[in-house]
Amino acid sequence: MSQELLATFTEVLTEEFGVPEDEITADATFEALGLDSLDVVELTLVLEEKTGVKLEDEELEDVRSVQDAIDKVKEKQA
Amino acid sequence: MTDVVVTGVGILSPSGRGLNAAWAGALSGRTAAARDELLAEMGTPVQISCRVPAFDPDAELGRGAARRLDRFTHLAVIAAREAIAHAGLSEVGEERITHVDADRTGILMGSGIGGAETWAEEYPRYLDKGPGRVSPMFVPKMLSNTAAGTIAIRSGARGPNMTVNTACAAGASAIHLGRDLLRAGAADVILAGGVEAGVTGLSVSAFAQMGALTKNPDPATASRPFDVARDGFVIGEGAAVLVLETAEHAAARGATPLAVVAGAGASADAHHATAPPDDGGGARLAMQRALQDADLDPTAVGHLNAHGTSTPLNDAAEGRALRAVFGDHTDRIAVSSTKGVTGHTLGAAGAIEAVFSIQALREGRVPPTANLVDQDPEIDLDVVAGAPREVTLQAVMSTSMGFGGQNAALVFTPA
Repeated sequence: MSQELLATFTEVLTEEFGVPEDEITADATFEALGLDSLDVVELTLVLEEKTGVKLEDEELEDVRSVQDAIDKVKEKQA
Repeated sequence: MTDVVVTGVGILSPSGRGLNAAWAGALSGRTAAARDELLAEMGTPVQISCRVPAFDPDAELGRGAARRLDRFTHLAVIAAREAIAHAGLSEVGEERITHVDADRTGILMGSGIGGAETWAEEYPRYLDKGPGRVSPMFVPKMLSNTAAGTIAIRSGARGPNMTVNTACAAGASAIHLGRDLLRAGAADVILAGGVEAGVTGLSVSAFAQMGALTKNPDPATASRPFDVARDGFVIGEGAAVLVLETAEHAAARGATPLAVVAGAGASADAHHATAPPDDGGGARLAMQRALQDADLDPTAVGHLNAHGTSTPLNDAAEGRALRAVFGDHTDRIAVSSTKGVTGHTLGAAGAIEAVFSIQALREGRVPPTANLVDQDPEIDLDVVAGAPREVTLQAVMSTSMGFGGQNAALVFTPA
């Protein structure tokens, strides 16, 4: 499940945000990947289309890394 | 009064990318109008446009950057980068301004519509998917001042940064105001220009509904300023940026001036939302003010790059305005409208045509007006057609008129 979500994140980050694939790991922070707060909101919109899960603003407050976001999505899918 | 000179230009025009290609395209008299696949797909009433040569935004701006920005900002960034390089404001291949004081380098852009594509994409998303799906990038992408802001972010220019909107005169207005900021001592260098990327299904439908666009379905003959068969403009897109600085500043850094921004004039028609008065009275005032500002006798002007949109109303009114300003000397002015080649690039037009005016001045060559076969007998002007004309020029003028009745005229003299 996590692997699947990581693959989805990787696809979105490379295709939509132009992040080089080799930089994307579960531990990478969005800041390190060059995404600002607006990008992260945009990312949640794309992810909603792919996973059916929408992360709300307040849920993003403590999301720093790709893994943080994956955990939130999994939590909501459960 | 402090002389302000042009020391570099960047241009992305339907006639070509880069100064040499864009100018060669203008001189060729070959129209850039073509069938527009996007418009055809949308079934708009008019399906031709003048696009800039295709480019890859990801390769030009960086992938992450390109998707954060509307197409109009893509065009502006490309033109600004070329202008910065041409004027030698940066290291070769660099966008950051390091050869002049970036804190004293300002940006003044003109745009009529701003992020038209962003509006066109986001509004349907809002309607179809709801308010929760509106992109957080919508506002920064769409705002018409984003082009100027982005050029600053990329170049490091921290001087005055503004965007002016006088619709189809915006590019010329930006050059006017940029020059005035330099004269006022607010900056050492100003990047001034215009940009537009408004070829969307929505805007083309709207311009068609108001009868502003040509109904001629043949791209080869559709944009035909001053011709008796003209029946509207062909919409275009593009950007041009001029590097302006005081003559003193240019000399101190050893920059080669291309031309002097000798005069600028602005006026309003105070008449109608879109139509000019029959006598082109507002345009006349702008031209007279530009001549007065340049402290130039009207007989010094040997070439005029006209607004010449190819609409019945504009071209006729402009012809009358020119006569009113120049009297008998009108017969000795080689007039052209490069919109026969480029179409009407709206907020970019004044800046693109400023570049062409400067090139005409430098080379003593006036570009032809494409598709001018049978000049409207009501338009009593010497319009150059067929091939470029060699003319020794002391001064050139470029005119621009925007919807809203906002007019601008610029005068350039040799450096």
